[in-house]
Amino acid sequence: MSALWEILLAASFWAAAIRIASPLIFATMGELICERAGVLNLGIEGIMVMGAFTGWFAVYLGLPLWLGVAVAFGSGMAFGLLHGILTVPFGLSQHVVGLGITLLATATASFTYRLALPEVTSPPRIEPFQPWPIPGLSQIPFFGEALFSQTPLTYAAFVTAALVAWVLMRTPLGLAIRATGENPAAAAAQGLSVTGLRLGAVVVGSGLMAVGGAFLTLSAFSSFFFDMVNGRGWICIALVVFGAWRPGKAVLGALLFAAFDALQVRLQQTPLGAVLPYQLFLALPYLLSILALVLMSRRAEVPQALMSPYNKGER
Amino acid sequence: MRLEPIANPSALRRFGLPALALIATVIAASLLALIAGANPFATLGLILEGAAGSRFALLETLNRATPLIFTGLAVAVAFRAKLWNIGAEAQLYAGAIVTVVFGVTSWGVAWLQLPVVAAIAVAAGALVLLGPVILKTRFGVDEVVTTLLLNFVMLLFVSYLVEGPMKDPAGMGWPKSVPVAKDLRLPRLIEGLRLHWGFGLALIAAVLVWLIETRTVLGYRMRAVGQNPQAARFAGIPVNRVLVQTALISGGLAALAGFSEVAGLKGHLSRDLSPGFGYTGIIVAMLALLNPLGVILSALFVAGVFVGADSMSRAAGVPTYIADILLALSLLFMVLAISLTHRRVVWR
Repeated sequence: MSALWEILLAASFWAAAIRIASPLIFATMGELICERAGVLNLGIEGIMVMGAFTGWFAVYLGLPLWLGVAVAFGSGMAFGLLHGILTVPFGLSQHVVGLGITLLATATASFTYRLALPEVTSPPRIEPFQPWPIPGLSQIPFFGEALFSQTPLTYAAFVTAALVAWVLMRTPLGLAIRATGENPAAAAAQGLSVTGLRLGAVVVGSGLMAVGGAFLTLSAFSSFFFDMVNGRGWICIALVVFGAWRPGKAVLGALLFAAFDALQVRLQQTPLGAVLPYQLFLALPYLLSILALVLMSRRAEVPQALMSPYNKGER
Repeated sequence: MRLEPIANPSALRRFGLPALALIATVIAASLLALIAGANPFATLGLILEGAAGSRFALLETLNRATPLIFTGLAVAVAFRAKLWNIGAEAQLYAGAIVTVVFGVTSWGVAWLQLPVVAAIAVAAGALVLLGPVILKTRFGVDEVVTTLLLNFVMLLFVSYLVEGPMKDPAGMGWPKSVPVAKDLRLPRLIEGLRLHWGFGLALIAAVLVWLIETRTVLGYRMRAVGQNPQAARFAGIPVNRVLVQTALISGGLAALAGFSEVAGLKGHLSRDLSPGFGYTGIIVAMLALLNPLGVILSALFVAGVFVGADSMSRAAGVPTYIADILLALSLLFMVLAISLTHRRVVWR
């Protein structure tokens, strides 16, 4: 028990939790925008892989880190556009298209990586984002280390979440997006373009997912591995449900999840880790996500038109 | 733009559009070969040759198609009832695990042990899918995410088993399980050919699933639930029970892929028993338009693309991931083509 307290009271633990939460926050916000507009985006896993690869590759080729983030965002938007065209105006099954996009994006990233670096055995490294202590704030005991000594991309994750929350909940544009996800016919009657809004939401949302992937290569691991996203995209879909389709709650969910992830890594180092197989610790985050879904699904307010395509003049 | 339904699509539309999707895939393949600096015609030729150019290649394709028929059927059955089972990978491994557990020691009666172990494998796979389906029917939890996440949990469990309790002491440190007994090895389908009975079993399974879907009340109900659950409930169909029955069939079929890979091909359990057969099953099922007999053809096609791309990659140097890109594209093209056979685009 004392070992647990020792872990939980260390500032480095909370710093790790916030670091682990950052890519999840980007991607969860992306998925949340899509779903609020009525489109389930199962392309998320592959788009994150794509973002992780393109962001890393751009920097590997000599672009500055922030341009790497921009390239990742652009690649995510491109796959989002493909997803959006197939599911919004053409109204194809969002499940099938999403899984297809995940496969396509993952395979394209692997294909390009192998083509560009045919003979590489160990993945090349880039110089990633360095921690950027905020002057003054980072001097505060405990909180300074936990919150204000992160890399710029982590701060960007929280700023993005605040921005998404503000746009979605407090602006006419956000109202319009939510309307297309709740009742597209009514939104269309108001003179809104359901197709345009949904397409836009999927494109921007997918861009954010890709930035979440890019966080892994540009801020966390500094190399690209084929299986580095490792189900994070699916976890983000669970986080959207857990957050009841609200940005603030989804961020809290991501932080909670990340704290557990940081905890399981540290528990492996304790005497407990010597007794229990390490795979059990690694499985905890996935099991936890399922548990979270079970607990939250009952009272979740699902966007009413989620997964139903809208076709003008059809009822 | 908007879409207008077409009551009676012409033959040109019904056959031309899917053909167009296939042509678009071939064009994409040529472009990818060009990007990789290879001759497109030579690349396509090498893929074809590697998939079906020799007896060895053909047998390789048939062997690769075997698990894909099972997982393709598993997905097709589930998707027909709009049960989004993305967890065939986990169910496959569940089948593989129990095959090893009940297969390491010979019972002395091979003709009994093989079918009994297969049945236990089916039960294990069904059980793995039962969890998410009960969560869906009882708590309204979306099965897409739960089945997906269980894949990762199951792979970690396999990793634990092959590094721990089931580890082969004679495995030179490799994380693989102890081998199954000789009695549990599936015999060759035809003497002298490197093709095991798993393939025959897969064909039988496809016909059985087709019979269930077209000739039984359950099949009719699955279809009704898939088309409109509210209407099905209104018509007195016990929707939740149908979903559970569908899940048992689907999970069992996926588990047979694991059984057949262990008993027919590998002889042991390892983390790389399946290079994503569960996920590829989704493509197989969609390309077959969820038709159980069509699954056989599409599994052969998908297996051919993988096997062909492997051998092409060794010869022409185009990365083998070209296979995954082509299959993803053919899936998207085909879904679009099928949708457009029944609807036309009106620009206004």
